[in-house]
Amino acid sequence: MYDFEYQRATSVEDATAKYGAAEDARFLAGGMTLVPVLKQRLDQPSDVVDLGDLDDMRGISEEGGAIVIKAMTTHHDVNTSDLVNNKIPALAALAGTIGDQMVRNRGTIGGSLANNDPAASYPSAVLALNATIKTNAREISADDFFTGMFDTALDEGELILAVSFPIPEESGYKHFPNPASRFPIVGSFVAKSSDGVRVAITGAGPCAFRVTEFEDALSGGFDPDAIRDIKVSDDGLNTDIHASAEYRAHLINVMTRRAMGE
Amino acid sequence: MPSIKMTVNGKEVSGEVEGRTLLVQFIRDHLGLTGTHVGCDTSQCGACTVHVNGRAVKSCSLLAAHADGADVQTIEGLADGDTLHPMQEAFRQHHALQCGFCTPGMVMSAIGIVNDNPEPSETEIREALEGNICRCTGYHNIVEAIGAAAKEMKA
Ligand SMILES: Cc1cc2nc3c(=O)[nH]c(=O)nc-3n(C[C@H](O)[C@H](O)[C@H](O)COP(=O)(O)OP(=O)(O)OC[C@H]3O[C@@H](n4cnc5c(N)ncnc54)[C@H](O)[C@@H]3O)c2cc1C
Ligand code: FES
Ligand code: FES
Repeated sequence: MYDFEYQRATSVEDATAKYGAAEDARFLAGGMTLVPVLKQRLDQPSDVVDLGDLDDMRGISEEGGAIVIKAMTTHHDVNTSDLVNNKIPALAALAGTIGDQMVRNRGTIGGSLANNDPAASYPSAVLALNATIKTNAREISADDFFTGMFDTALDEGELILAVSFPIPEESGYKHFPNPASRFPIVGSFVAKSSDGVRVAITGAGPCAFRVTEFEDALSGGFDPDAIRDIKVSDDGLNTDIHASAEYRAHLINVMTRRAMGE
Repeated sequence: MPSIKMTVNGKEVSGEVEGRTLLVQFIRDHLGLTGTHVGCDTSQCGACTVHVNGRAVKSCSLLAAHADGADVQTIEGLADGDTLHPMQEAFRQHHALQCGFCTPGMVMSAIGIVNDNPEPSETEIREALEGNICRCTGYHNIVEAIGAAAKEMKA
């Protein structure tokens, strides 16, 4: 790992000020992505601004029909939150599938979304539940947030503060884990609300995306049979040593039906 | 160079580190506590597991400077004199180790598992061990030891 200037933020304002003053800074949340990336010398920031002391960036609350999860909340805390388990059990369950015990004790929802790994678990939930990402500058809707592989709508130095998830009537998540890394090869999050059904897929493409053919079919009746015969195109899907694009396209249908309880 | 202070196994320690110094380097190289192992150095194997503020973490993936002010527990801090911690004793009784390389991480991780879930089922133990790799035992006796220790720790 190349060396860098380590700085500890004392407030949100201090974090963005330190970031702005540095030549080429990175925020540090749980470090479960950033530290391995630095160790492999895939990145060489001048400064690392640690958000670890910002307790007001941690916590989960219910606000006007939505569950608001602050950015520094760990996967463990989402997984074990009574509020999330009561209101959006599929989201709590999803958090419990991320990595392992030690990763969940450190990794945060803000870090996961900012990083936008093509196989990250949370983006499927954010997109299917039509969540809003609150930053220090603005609010970004889920449909506008994920812009490509490891790419998001965040501007340079923009800090995610919280994610607001509207509480759905029903939702479910299932993924097919990579047998070695346990990251989803394909994960599907399905959510039904008064506005209709949204289905979002992670792991299959450059970043999470919605499957409108499924959404239309399920709006007529929330039944896995409604999508059973819909073939998703493998155009633009990922092919790697773990799975071909064709196989991923197939898994999208299977995981979506399983997410609905089949 | 950040100068850091933390509590390790109940003792106040301090040192000068670089920004990039990992917690595991601080524990092993600065404090000489070599019970915490580095297996993969890529966040996969769990051999480096220690507790920071009561939670199991991979010390190869944490900056030492980040742990400034924290309460850290390593494998060396578990036994009470000659009396092993119930988890260590259960590993011994159930032959839950062969070469022993993964063992410190396994034990620290196992204590984290039981702290979160005092009565884990066999399946729950197996799933919760996701982040710890053992090349020798085939896990069977590790799972047995954790189940037995959980009962002991409740008693
Ligand atoms: C062994 C292992 C298995 C894993 N398995 C999975 C899995 O199955 N599914 C999954 O989804 N993930 C998995 N992960 C990744 C894990 O979820 C990470 O915790 C997560 O991707 C990054 O979160 P973090 O808090 O650790 O962020 P960091 O590593 O600290 O930061 C990641 C990036 O986000 C930026 N950032 C962090 N917080 C903010 C913020 N609030 N605002 C703006 N930018 C920010 C940082 O600058 C950095 O660029 C795994 C990781 C490991 C090591
Ligand atoms: S050495 Fe830390 S996880 Fe393997
Ligand atoms: S006992 Fe040898 S690696 Fe686990």
